[in-house]
Amino acid sequence: MLEIFIFCILLVTGFGWFAFNVYKVCHNIRLGRDEMRSNQTSKRWRTMILVAFGQKKMFSKPLVALLHLSLYVAFVITQIELIEIIADGITGEHRIFQASLGNFYVFIISFIELLSLLAFVGTIAFLARRNMLKLPRFTMDELKGWPMKDANLILIMEIVLILCIFTMNGADEAMQSESYGFLISSFLGASVFQGMDYNTLHVLENIGWWGHFIMVLTFMNYLPYSKHFHIFLAFPNTYFSNLEKKGKFKNMKSVTTEVKLMLDPSGDSQDGVEVETPPKRFGAKDVVDLTWKNLLDAYTCTECGRCTSSCPANITGKKLSPRKIMMDTRDRLVEIGELKRKHGKDYDDGKSLLGNYISEEEIWACTSCNACVQECPVNIDPLSIIIDLRRYLVMEESKMPNELAGMLTNIDNNGAPWQFSPSDRLNWANEN
Amino acid sequence: MHVPTMANLMAEGKSPDILFWVGCSGSFDDRAKKITKALVKILNHCKVNFAVLGSEESCTGDPAKRAGNEFTFQVQAHMNIQVLNSYQVKKIVTACPHCFNTLKNEYPELGGNYIVVHHTQLIQDLILSGRLALEGNETFKGKKITFHDPCYLGRANDVYEAPRSLIEKLDAELVEMKRCKANGLCCGAGGAQMFKEAEKGKKEINLERTDDALETKASIIATGCPFCNTMMTDGIKHAEKESEIKVWDIAELIANAADL
Repeated sequence: MLEIFIFCILLVTGFGWFAFNVYKVCHNIRLGRDEMRSNQTSKRWRTMILVAFGQKKMFSKPLVALLHLSLYVAFVITQIELIEIIADGITGEHRIFQASLGNFYVFIISFIELLSLLAFVGTIAFLARRNMLKLPRFTMDELKGWPMKDANLILIMEIVLILCIFTMNGADEAMQSESYGFLISSFLGASVFQGMDYNTLHVLENIGWWGHFIMVLTFMNYLPYSKHFHIFLAFPNTYFSNLEKKGKFKNMKSVTTEVKLMLDPSGDSQDGVEVETPPKRFGAKDVVDLTWKNLLDAYTCTECGRCTSSCPANITGKKLSPRKIMMDTRDRLVEIGELKRKHGKDYDDGKSLLGNYISEEEIWACTSCNACVQECPVNIDPLSIIIDLRRYLVMEESKMPNELAGMLTNIDNNGAPWQFSPSDRLNWANEN
Repeated sequence: MHVPTMANLMAEGKSPDILFWVGCSGSFDDRAKKITKALVKILNHCKVNFAVLGSEESCTGDPAKRAGNEFTFQVQAHMNIQVLNSYQVKKIVTACPHCFNTLKNEYPELGGNYIVVHHTQLIQDLILSGRLALEGNETFKGKKITFHDPCYLGRANDVYEAPRSLIEKLDAELVEMKRCKANGLCCGAGGAQMFKEAEKGKKEINLERTDDALETKASIIATGCPFCNTMMTDGIKHAEKESEIKVWDIAELIANAADL
């Protein structure tokens, strides 16, 4: 009875705390500006199924994609075993589904074990790659400290989860007079756990069972604080992907209204034009000026760095790193979101994304080439954040590199980025 | 060179089938003007009923928008759309992927709805419809040509095939760089970088991209963008490989092969 009580307390606390953290994340994401991303539902479902569920973009690196896929499938399938653990925990039964499912039960557990073994190999490979191979995208400055620890911690937790499953099933197998016939643990029961006395095996099985359950709750509650949150958010994030051509940048409606008034002050052509109330500011200085999709992007980023390793500016040693743009956005959002919950929604701590987190030098190094957007396995768009930060600098503060100021003046004055007269536009036709 | 303008055609009561949007580079940059002329030669040779805006053309606003100045962009867009709509333009061809992208993707919401094609797409159509024949020409036969994907043509608009099909029409050997198509590396000019010095770093982007091209051992780098052309040409000069490898726009290669 006491065990059932403890189990239920842990279960409710674990899920409750997770729900509270998910609420905080949703609250933070809703601090962003509106953006329409609910049209074309069938195309959105297709994108989500291909990119998130099917991991289509991961397969540009096939070996890594396979290892990642085994971890992902193992994670999903293991939830079946978790269902049984929860049912057993609440009822005090042991392997509650075994009797009714019979051979099918053996098949499912065996399948879970096979995938767990693959996932174990994958996890060890990822740990080795991160800590021994020293790939540039895993050793950059922005990963020093917490992000690196976060990455390793996730992998270690996964190893513990897998070891618990095998301890539980292996010890259980060794305790049976006739093997269940589980694919891997029947072998473990007859080797690793062979010859141990019944009490030891019972304790080991309990350690495995409780260990797995507690680890699942810990893991789940760790996610909202971690880059690993992508295992859930990859789905909504790809569903709400930008479905337009990558080259199309948003036209700012507030500017359209002003430009129309400027070019046609009488307002004759204003019929049917939606009059937008001017925004608090043009472009983005802080995370609340970004759209909710930008903020969802930030929470979805798992810091793999494929964006940064494809970024021409980063490759050639400039400060810009699209991954850092996403990490900074999330860090700042978590900070200001917490403060706004504490002190009210109008609270201003005097800090901002641009300036305190991202420097002007970073955003001016972007060539808007879309390589980062192309690369992201979960359709994150760092470029739209960069452009919104530029918009703030240029339109609100008139701060930009001198040459750009000259270029803009030329366009304003003579309709070309260089100082040429419009009347000379056709000169080429008469030259040899 | 026969270059009709919209204003002249209108005065004669005629209207062209397609507007050639020349762009600022194509109008003013000495290197890009050669691309403009090559395309006009092709259009004239194929008897395409086209016209240009001439002095009525203005910057699409692309560099302003990418630099963050939405006001300047939209002012340019509204002025251009007024001109284009007053001539009832239906179809536009341009040799600049930046103009192409802006006209095609960003003008419709502001009231400018046109069919916009890149010049490599138009030339491909001219060949497919039999109006332009390259058969029997051996100018580029067996030569190694690599194609540098302009970001605003490739990743931004998913046009990868048209320029490549033209290179194959030249009977040349198309060799891909290690980073190509959707994984192509930028030349370094996009996002208004063309008009400013790069931020501090270890290397210029165009030199990194030039190295990709040199690795292919091609004798020609083909491009479809005046900015890419400038960046790659500068890169080749910097690498002192001008005698081994040349940078040409696809339109120039086609005009050359067709003896225009």
